[in-house]
Amino acid sequence: MLKPIGRYILLMLRVFKRPDKGKIFRKQLFAEFQSLGTDSLGIVAIISIFMGAVVAIQTAYNIDSPLIPMTMVGFTARQSMVLEFSPTIVSLILAGKIGSRIASEIGTMRVTEQIDALKIMGINPPNYLMLPKITAAVLYNPILIVLSIIMGLFGGWLACIVTQLVTSEDYVSGLRYWFEAYTIFYALIKTVVFAFIITSISGYFGYYTNGGALEVGRASTKAVVYSSIFIILFNLILTQLLLS
Amino acid sequence: MIEAVNISKSFGEKEVLKNISVQFEKGITNLIIGRSGSGKTVLMKCLVGLYDVDEGNVFFDDRNFSNMSFKEKKEVRQELGMLFQGGALFDSMTVEQNVMFPLSMFTKKSLEEKLERVNFCLKRVNLENSNKLFPSELSGGMVKRVAIARAISLQPKYLFCDEPNSGLDPMTSGVIDNLISEITHEYQITTVINTHDMNSVLEIGEKIVFINDGELWWSGDNQNVMKSQNKELNDFIFATELTRRLKK
Repeated sequence: MLKPIGRYILLMLRVFKRPDKGKIFRKQLFAEFQSLGTDSLGIVAIISIFMGAVVAIQTAYNIDSPLIPMTMVGFTARQSMVLEFSPTIVSLILAGKIGSRIASEIGTMRVTEQIDALKIMGINPPNYLMLPKITAAVLYNPILIVLSIIMGLFGGWLACIVTQLVTSEDYVSGLRYWFEAYTIFYALIKTVVFAFIITSISGYFGYYTNGGALEVGRASTKAVVYSSIFIILFNLILTQLLLS
Repeated sequence: MIEAVNISKSFGEKEVLKNISVQFEKGITNLIIGRSGSGKTVLMKCLVGLYDVDEGNVFFDDRNFSNMSFKEKKEVRQELGMLFQGGALFDSMTVEQNVMFPLSMFTKKSLEEKLERVNFCLKRVNLENSNKLFPSELSGGMVKRVAIARAISLQPKYLFCDEPNSGLDPMTSGVIDNLISEITHEYQITTVINTHDMNSVLEIGEKIVFINDGELWWSGDNQNVMKSQNKELNDFIFATELTRRLKK
């Protein structure tokens, strides 16, 4: 139990060193912005729009008391998207998408001796391979989450208009009702922590892959499972710390 | 010259290298031979620092590599080139980018200068006009040649080759062997080759070290290897009917 934690900490100490060459690091960073961030826009958009729509429809169907105004639909959609759905659920989905990608990429490099080749050249492999990925995810995922919130709220609005359960005015009024900017801050803090969890844990499992193709697959699965578990765990811890 | 002094290495209970002392000379091809599982690859990985030795020391021209700090090792590593069994080319990079990689990491050369060096190295391994190909588009022999080009791009003082002929046909193996031998003599590199290919042993084995069950069993050159009376070495060399007939 303690050995993997120790290995993870030692690995992170090697990751967070000054890159050998700043120019190459910047080049890698922009490549990772593309592959970990921009390439995830499609799936984030689809999931967010549908999630927002479902939350709006479910809330509207559950309001059967005339004492509860229909503006609650917009309000609930906003709170759900900002507090939980966008930062947590989208991060869980990203754990599946980019976590498995990172673990399999680094794992394949390990079993094909590419990491040994880096080491022989005098390069610090964890720093070279993982720092650009961690930095890119920590910087780009908050942008993805903000876009997810916007698209989720748009999805909710679209559902209300199409189903005619709530008027556009009521929905928008609900969105604006009792808004606290702190909730956005809370969502972004969670996103940054989750981005670090996804990339570092996936990198860890990839880096310590041993064997062949089968083990690369195993490392990829473990990366997704452990990233998801730690996201859920830190979701609880951060919620308690930031909202209680 | 590379020197290993009394090095031992174990993995758990299993002792893979047992108190090995050996010297590898400059400007010649030094071969480590032995059966699969005899400890050849572990010895090579201990020499290059991929494994830390449990006991003993490794010297690169009298510099004790085993006792060096990370920073000092980094400097020595820039004098090393290594050809891995599978080539270990970076999949996401083209041939040109692979060969240029060490130059970009460790020199302040301009792009033109780097390209000039890349083209020189690729020409040296007979791979002109392959700059824009990806490793997945190369044959096994070409992968090995690109790996050699990458290994020599920084003009190393020491070259390590881990089973350079594995997976290659006899003709391509000969090409790779000759290429390594030529480069060794041309640039006066200390080359260490890990192999169990008998053609390589006879063709380019200027110094041969036979490892058996983690111990140094015999050392000599390709002139003497066939005449040795060492039973384990003879069992290894004359393992096939063809080599037994050749001996007769």
